[in-house]
Amino acid sequence: MHELSLLENVRSILEDHARDQNFQRVEEVTLAIGALSCVETEALAFAFEAVMKGSLAENAQLNFKHIEAQGHCLGCGQLTVMEMLYDACEHCGHPHVDVVTGLEMKITELKVS
Amino acid sequence: MCGICGCSNPSNTGKFSAIDGAKVSLLTTHNHGHEQHSHADNQRLIQVEQDLLSKNDAYAAENRAYFKANKIFALNLVSSPGAGKTTLLVETIKVLKDQFPIAVIEGDQQTEHDADRIRATGVPALQINTGRACHLDAHGIGHAMQTLGVKANSFLAIENVGNLVCPSSFDLGEAHKVVVLSVTEGDDKPLKYPDMFYAADVMIINKIDLLPYVDFDVERCIAFARRVNPTIQILQLSATKGDNFSAWTDWLIENMS
Repeated sequence: MHELSLLENVRSILEDHARDQNFQRVEEVTLAIGALSCVETEALAFAFEAVMKGSLAENAQLNFKHIEAQGHCLGCGQLTVMEMLYDACEHCGHPHVDVVTGLEMKITELKVS
Repeated sequence: MCGICGCSNPSNTGKFSAIDGAKVSLLTTHNHGHEQHSHADNQRLIQVEQDLLSKNDAYAAENRAYFKANKIFALNLVSSPGAGKTTLLVETIKVLKDQFPIAVIEGDQQTEHDADRIRATGVPALQINTGRACHLDAHGIGHAMQTLGVKANSFLAIENVGNLVCPSSFDLGEAHKVVVLSVTEGDDKPLKYPDMFYAADVMIINKIDLLPYVDFDVERCIAFARRVNPTIQILQLSATKGDNFSAWTDWLIENMS
């Protein structure tokens, strides 16, 4: 359940921004999560309320933006859509694809007051 | 005023600042009808591009800089529980402890058992009990290094919590992640837990002395690992019986220098 640690990190990032940008409450948090990132959005959503309790983001709404995974094929050089880290190229079937996007796990937007 | 974009407040317009390396800006455009305001007056949106692992990664960068400055070769050993990480380390220490200083950080949810096994070899070891957490993090490693007093020009082995999922995301500042897979496990583990095999630079196939007794296809396992990570280095050995063990100690010595 490393989602707990990640959310504790989120809470700490929110506290930093609150201090630097002068806000007291976080109403919404938007996270962008890549299709190949090793995090479950369901687990994040499940733990979010508990981790944020008692913080400036208590009762905040959690939103997700999903980022599609794409890789660069080492065979034909084209971009290919990936659903797994070991997916072969959809164009030429080459087994080795370098991930370009889809590993992201980041905070992208906050609604604050 | 519109609290979201600060449009009636010129001092907010176009304000832009960088905090903790993250791009942070107040929104300067708006496309909602002001007559339909439902948000509280002082609400606003902040754009943040900050990785969920950014705090850990910052600590990891500090550790890495410290390792580099002090010529400490740090490895992060990961595996499922029971793959033989501690035995691998104990046998490694026996072979190499007269050649350079070695220290070990042990991660387990509970008990000092693994650190006790390492200390029995005469090498300093610090046990981190992670409690509910399923992985070590870079902040904890920084403190452990200070407590242990890791020497310069040394080898630091960090034995992570036995778990093929969570530790893959957490950089500790190590030179390499080394994943240990034993032949008593399934040969398809690289596909079942691809994140870890993707993150690792080296895979050790351990307990090869047991191959005659188990249904483990080495070639299939290697093919799966290379499918996830084409450049992963693979060593096959038995830590308890010593089969091909020098391949590992040779790799270590070569990569330390």
